[in-house]
Amino acid sequence: MSDAAVIDRASLDALDKKARAAIGASADEKALDEVRVAFLGKKGEVSLLMRGLGGMSPEQRQEIGPVLNGLRDNLAAAVEAKKSALEDAALDARLAQERVDVTLPVRSEPKGAIHPVSQVMDELVAIFADMGFVQAEGPDIESDWNNFTALNFPEGHPAREIHDTFFLEAEKDGHPMVLRTHTSPVQVRTMVSQKPPIRIIAPGRTYRCDWDATHTPMFHQVEGLVIDKTTHMGHLKGCLKEFVAAFFEIDGVEARFRPHFFPFTEPSAEMDVRYERVGDEVRIGQGDKWMEILGSGMVHPNVLRNCGIDPDEYQGFAFGMGVDRLAMLKYGMHDLRPFFEPDTRWLAHYGFTPTLLPSLAVGLS
Amino acid sequence: MKFTLSWLREHIDLNPDVDLPRLIDGMTMAGLEVEEVENPAEKLGAFTVAKVIKAEAHPDADKLKVCSVETVDGVKQIVCGAPNARTGLVGIYAPLGTHIPGLDFALDTKPRKIRGVESHGMLCSAKELEAGEDHDGIVDLEGDWKVGDPAAKALGADDVVIDFEVTPNRPDWLGVVGIARDLAAAGLGVFKDSAVAPVKGEGPCPVKVSIEDEAFCPAFGLRLIRGVKNGPSPEWLQRRLRAVGLRPINVLVDVTNFLTYDRARPLHVFDAGKVTGDLTVRWAKKGETILALDGKTYELDDSVGVIADANGVESLAGVMGGEESGCTDATTDVLVEAALWDPLTIARTGRKLGLVSDAQYRFSRGVDPASVEEGLELATRLIVDMCGGTPSESLVAGTIPGAPADIDFDLAEVKRLTGLETSAARVSEILTALGFGVKKGKSGRLTVAVPTWRPDATLPADLVEEVARIEDYDALPEAGLAKPVGRRPTAVNPARRRATLARRALATRGLQEAITWSFVRADQAALFGGENAPRLANPISSELDVMRPTALVHLLLAAQKNADKGWPDAALFEVGPIYLGVEPDDQKMVAAGVRRSRPQRHWAGARTADVFDVKADALAALDAVGAPTANLQVAPTDNGWWHPGRSGRLQLGPKLVLAEFGDIHPRVLKAFDVDGPILAFEVRLDAAPEPRAKATKSKPAFEALELMPVRRDFAFVVDADTAAGDLVKAAAGADKQLVADVAVFDVFEGASIGAGRKSIAIEVTLQPRTETLDDKALDAVSSKIVAAVAKATGGSLRA
Repeated sequence: MSDAAVIDRASLDALDKKARAAIGASADEKALDEVRVAFLGKKGEVSLLMRGLGGMSPEQRQEIGPVLNGLRDNLAAAVEAKKSALEDAALDARLAQERVDVTLPVRSEPKGAIHPVSQVMDELVAIFADMGFVQAEGPDIESDWNNFTALNFPEGHPAREIHDTFFLEAEKDGHPMVLRTHTSPVQVRTMVSQKPPIRIIAPGRTYRCDWDATHTPMFHQVEGLVIDKTTHMGHLKGCLKEFVAAFFEIDGVEARFRPHFFPFTEPSAEMDVRYERVGDEVRIGQGDKWMEILGSGMVHPNVLRNCGIDPDEYQGFAFGMGVDRLAMLKYGMHDLRPFFEPDTRWLAHYGFTPTLLPSLAVGLS
Repeated sequence: MKFTLSWLREHIDLNPDVDLPRLIDGMTMAGLEVEEVENPAEKLGAFTVAKVIKAEAHPDADKLKVCSVETVDGVKQIVCGAPNARTGLVGIYAPLGTHIPGLDFALDTKPRKIRGVESHGMLCSAKELEAGEDHDGIVDLEGDWKVGDPAAKALGADDVVIDFEVTPNRPDWLGVVGIARDLAAAGLGVFKDSAVAPVKGEGPCPVKVSIEDEAFCPAFGLRLIRGVKNGPSPEWLQRRLRAVGLRPINVLVDVTNFLTYDRARPLHVFDAGKVTGDLTVRWAKKGETILALDGKTYELDDSVGVIADANGVESLAGVMGGEESGCTDATTDVLVEAALWDPLTIARTGRKLGLVSDAQYRFSRGVDPASVEEGLELATRLIVDMCGGTPSESLVAGTIPGAPADIDFDLAEVKRLTGLETSAARVSEILTALGFGVKKGKSGRLTVAVPTWRPDATLPADLVEEVARIEDYDALPEAGLAKPVGRRPTAVNPARRRATLARRALATRGLQEAITWSFVRADQAALFGGENAPRLANPISSELDVMRPTALVHLLLAAQKNADKGWPDAALFEVGPIYLGVEPDDQKMVAAGVRRSRPQRHWAGARTADVFDVKADALAALDAVGAPTANLQVAPTDNGWWHPGRSGRLQLGPKLVLAEFGDIHPRVLKAFDVDGPILAFEVRLDAAPEPRAKATKSKPAFEALELMPVRRDFAFVVDADTAAGDLVKAAAGADKQLVADVAVFDVFEGASIGAGRKSIAIEVTLQPRTETLDDKALDAVSSKIVAAVAKATGGSLRA
């Protein structure tokens, strides 16, 4: 009998069973490869049978050939599947050894912070930008003319004394220069250099020679100025009420305007908002008390004239407010002094995340 | 300015509906901003009238008495040490637990034994109740008071005291009459216009007055009253003065103080018996002195005006009288002075002498010229009524100035400036109520006469304010500001934009933003090159006397202060101004920061901040403001406050330095008493040139290169002092088409390299553009790189 004679279905089934058992029993890739060689290698059992196909009769070959091919392909697939399973198991076993304690702290990345005064200035700029105000600036060291005289503070005027002015040793035009006592000189600089219509805000450092629980020798103000041919006190009221609602982010802040005196405005007004004190907290917008938050008024004809603008043709309003105080009111700081004596804990507590650049679209705070 | 409600009622009939809250609100809304309201009835709420039924000697103390007192709480046993405690006395009782204002302590809530006898409360003196100076005995009430009546009422201390802010434009509000006039105009009541009735004088004033400088003293009124009987003022006057915080002295003096507050008219009284010869108003002579009524001696010079007689200086003009010629109870002949003074001179004198009086305060703000004569008449009337005597005629030296100029007032101004619709009738009504004279002028305009007490009113805008103020600002129509048409300009200007961007970039790097003083101590400024820093003439403290040439001074000090408190890892920055001179252009915007170089312990390995952290800070700030950081040169700095070997500057050229960074020089730290090492940087935000403006915001097209980049490593051996930056620059420039990036990945010094030498290893990224690099092309570009490095640094490939 030729070899081919013994190839029948039953023996092929037995071979398949044997091979699959061997594949299944392979504990690792090496053992699996040995099994593969034993059955599917050049001299493997299946390969040897394949070789025998040549000696078969065409009929036999037609019968056994496809079966044998099928057997070979199935076993090859089984080897691949087993190989993949062994790889997965090996990977799982390795990963199981690669644990870290994820509760350990990350590398120290100190959190930076934006100072509340900077943040509030950015808030103010965002609010007034929406109303068409653009920013203007002036230097901290000012001439007597820009800080006082042009603003209708005649020499020796009692209002000058209220300002507790810092003087420099340096002089200009026969007067000692000053550290600006308010941001109002930016009004003068703007009106002198620019033609109406004007709509500016000017935030910046200001200085008065005063140091106690509620005053620091340096502080911040923001100035606003609108000059055109039609703006009157009603616009002043509307604009500043809109500002207060936007800034404190409260609907229906009750506000009032009452007469006051500033040399550079006529009529002049101070603006109060309602507030109440709940424990240590000041709540703006409601309550039975009034808190003054800013000074304002129609620009005095003398100031317009001093800046080369005809007060019969042009008119408008100006306002000024303390930025530090606004920050305290909105964010609940009680003491002004730590503002300018940097304490890392205070800055971490009251500072702002650097990515939070205030905008009306994304949110002020 | 303080006044009392009853005093105000002398000059205004308040409307029946005007209670205290309405009055205060009305004042505030008319521009008289109320600061404090004190109601003594509240302060004395616990105190009541009581009657001593029986007063017996204390068994164990000679000076004490044991009183049976009928009180609102029933009969109480009270031990009292007052000499006037006696049976039948009607006084003021304080129950246990009451706070005694004049002593500022509270009685125990339980009866206390005094020398063995229990005392159930207290009988009070006027001083203990802050209702008078009397402390010789307990209050001994006259009149028909019942047990339990409120003490405030019995003591006549039930008058509400109102304190408000007088704005500098309204000197007339420094008198109760002026307040009443405005409140009446504001609709709170009817002004009682108390016309001043002249007192007829007998014969001319015998003392003459000469004025040396009428610019200083335009007018000086004087009147002699002979045969007065001076002494304590009547109770109503004393009470009124005490209520506003003044100490009653005697009638003659009290009258001047009264009129100062009632009419904003300061006066002075001389004891005529102590004045020799005529009076001269003149500038003081250097070296002259005066003992003033406040008991202090002032040294004078020719900037101070005085009133002198034959004996010398008798009074500081417009400020304070002299002790020598002051009125006492013994005074029988009195000279009453009512003068006008130049406000600026009086203000200057007050500052110069450090002397602020009620008179000085009023004269420096401006006193109604018409009150020279009125003041003399009012004072004479009061003195004659209370002290008798015979007045002379009044004498006025100099010239009383006329009324201020009329204002030609176009009613349309009201609407133009306030938006308020009004009528000529209403405007006239308001102005008239305020004392202005209103006449019809040409073409619907008004001619407005300004009263003598309103020097602030000179322009139509001033009258607009009067109308708006009296109508109430709440009545002004509210309007939105029209949004501007067309493209909005960027709200933030370039300088502030840079500050904002740099600030947020630095905070993102873990630094906390500080804001520190613009002024520093002169010697600290000098250590940072600020030897000529602008100096303040009146610094707030000697620690803060010049404008800062750097923002680093306070940051360094703050870092140390935090360390002293147990927080040594401060990483602070500031974006703010520095001052290289006094001109506007000398003010520069910087971003400066400090980091402490201290190992940060961490379980995965410690790390210490070094120069490259602050270099990165500086670069981050410059990147944020759009500076061309790729083109920066890194050069050593010669500024002495930096560590000479561990610092550098970032510049676009030797004259265009954008930043400096490094270790602060240990000598500087020592001078500041700061523990080092400390790293710092300072970036000049305004130094980087603005990028060229372009027509559109469009960016250049993206060049998508398909070919793979190739990376090659080179290690060069160079002299130890060769700058790595020069080597990198040479490599990058060797083939600008191909070399896309050069990164330093190793720097090594050691015996294997040789003394004075070091190895710098770089990875060069080559980006082919048109065809893949073959070995030949790679060799060619490598040779170019080696040659370029050799030329620039003298370095060669490491063997």
